[in-house]
Amino acid sequence: MRDLYAWLSIAAIVIASTTGDVLLSHAMKQIGDLGELRRRRGLLHVIARVVTTPNFLFGLLAMTFAFYSLLMALSWQDVSLVAPASASLTFIANAVAARIFLHERVDHRRWIAALLVAGGVALVAI
Amino acid sequence: MNLRKYLVLLGVVIFGASGDALLSRGMRQVGEIQLHHWQKLIFAVVHPWVALGVLLLMAFFASYMTALSWADLTYVLPATSIGYVLLAFIAKFLLHENVSATRWVGIGLIAAGVGFVAQGPALTHHPHHEEAPPQVLSRGKA
Repeated sequence: MRDLYAWLSIAAIVIASTTGDVLLSHAMKQIGDLGELRRRRGLLHVIARVVTTPNFLFGLLAMTFAFYSLLMALSWQDVSLVAPASASLTFIANAVAARIFLHERVDHRRWIAALLVAGGVALVAI
Repeated sequence: MNLRKYLVLLGVVIFGASGDALLSRGMRQVGEIQLHHWQKLIFAVVHPWVALGVLLLMAFFASYMTALSWADLTYVLPATSIGYVLLAFIAKFLLHENVSATRWVGIGLIAAGVGFVAQGPALTHHPHHEEAPPQVLSRGKA
């Protein structure tokens, strides 16, 4: 039962943080190059613009949910399982989600990069 | 990609890795937090190392958001995962943790992944007719 709960919360971490990353990325693309915006309108304008973009706030909410799911997972399983499993699965999920929802061109090079990094993260965190 | 953008990516890597390292060092001094002593979590953030870590993680978040404003998510994530490599070096040489052989293999894989993605374009361009076959184009508004 303990393992089932741990894997359910790992799934929650992966889904929530992928949702968060996709929403944050979408929000930032809507706003456009922050560096240029800062040069034209100043830093305060950039901050105001970012925190009033709905997708940014939803993304932040999803990230908060991911953080609490992580705490939950950690209360049922060791960090040496939870951290690598969730981080490397999130890399793969992000590549799939970015292709579907953000219409990013995930070519062979990016797939291989995502898989190498996911495998590497799993090994590093063991 | 220009120098300024590479510096932002470097910021994501350095602020992220050093923020995590400081949090780890600080939390080890604070000690384990039991669920029924959750109040301890509030005081943990005023611990100097943890506070500095949080500050660096805020800088990380700002650079991460900046990078996402001009690069794809599938570019930024692998490109900045070199931070895991940096974190392993910090763990070994500054925090004196034991970095096993498996970890070094993992670090090699991450570095290879970063090399792969860094050669490609940072942003997908979305011109309206990019994917459209020629016959659709000829029937288009133009």
